[in-house]
Amino acid sequence: MTDISLQTLTEDEPQFGDYFALLKPRVMTLVVFTAFVGLLAAPDGLHPFVAFCAVLFIAVGGGASGALNMWWDADIDAVMRRTAKRPIPSGRVSRDEALGIGLTLSGFSVVFLGLATNWVAAALLAFTIFFYVVVYSMWLKRSTPQNIVIGGAAGAFPPMIGWAAATGGVSVESVLMFALIFMWTPPHFWALALFMRSDYDDAGVPMLTVTHGRPATRRHILIYTLLLAALALAMAATSVGGPAYLLCALVLNALFVKGAVAIWRRDEVQAEADNYAVEKRFFKLSLLYLFAHFGAILADQALAALGLGFGGLF
Amino acid sequence: MSLSRRHDMHVRRFSRNLGVGLCLAALIAIVFGLTFVKVTRGDFEMPRGPAATQSAGGE
Repeated sequence: MTDISLQTLTEDEPQFGDYFALLKPRVMTLVVFTAFVGLLAAPDGLHPFVAFCAVLFIAVGGGASGALNMWWDADIDAVMRRTAKRPIPSGRVSRDEALGIGLTLSGFSVVFLGLATNWVAAALLAFTIFFYVVVYSMWLKRSTPQNIVIGGAAGAFPPMIGWAAATGGVSVESVLMFALIFMWTPPHFWALALFMRSDYDDAGVPMLTVTHGRPATRRHILIYTLLLAALALAMAATSVGGPAYLLCALVLNALFVKGAVAIWRRDEVQAEADNYAVEKRFFKLSLLYLFAHFGAILADQALAALGLGFGGLF
Repeated sequence: MSLSRRHDMHVRRFSRNLGVGLCLAALIAIVFGLTFVKVTRGDFEMPRGPAATQSAGGE
């Protein structure tokens, strides 16, 4: 081998950032934040360092499932404009490397979470990875328009895992936090599917927009948003709710329902005329919606610690 | 072919090597920290095997 051939081999060396991108860092922020809130909202406390490690391992587990998802979906990621620049379709990382990293980090995160906290939390993390990779990515995503509805459960588990890490079990409050993310996921992704017009069509992913049409998707967004609003407001009456959560839920759910009604009342001609401005606004609001609700749960914990919370109406 | 002490490859792989090194250092710190917290908080119990029983009985 000459220096020239070595240079050619190493020219496209993947950088550390390329491997880190396999872990879907933006999704990881949601995982970290919701797991952190689930952990802090739990009645039993953890040592701060153990709590930090628990959130870190949950994040690594979430990242591992992201890497396995990229390994499996490399073919459709290459077709979709939104995902074409990911490390595998862009050729920076090979599929085998992604598989290796995903499996290694999955095992590592589950075992270390079990050792650091308890095996209920570790089992929930293992199930989350399995659900996201096998149930959602391998099975539902390419076979049913309900892919987002059922697959959304994977993204909803982190607060439950955080709660289990602190308490060693599952309770009504942790199931409600799970339900909030579960119900939030469909309108969030369907709004994205409405304005990322041809991406899912090109990739042959049976999103609701492709299988049932855009008017049906708009109707579904409204129905799920109404159900979500009812759930979010009901949560204010449980022990994870409080004055901050109630205020946040009232304001944001009013805005969210207003946005869903606006989407429902529009047709494609109107949407194309303003380049999907309403749908894009709804999508951005959905991000704020989730972070604000979980932020409010956190704020209520702080208020309760200061003796200012009302800790649930029932 | 002989690699010079500072070959171009080292420059290209610097970020990868640095990242892996920092991850390994973080792993050591985490394992050490967890061990320290668990032992000092009394979460850790010595195994009660036959050796421990014999030792207790022999005294």
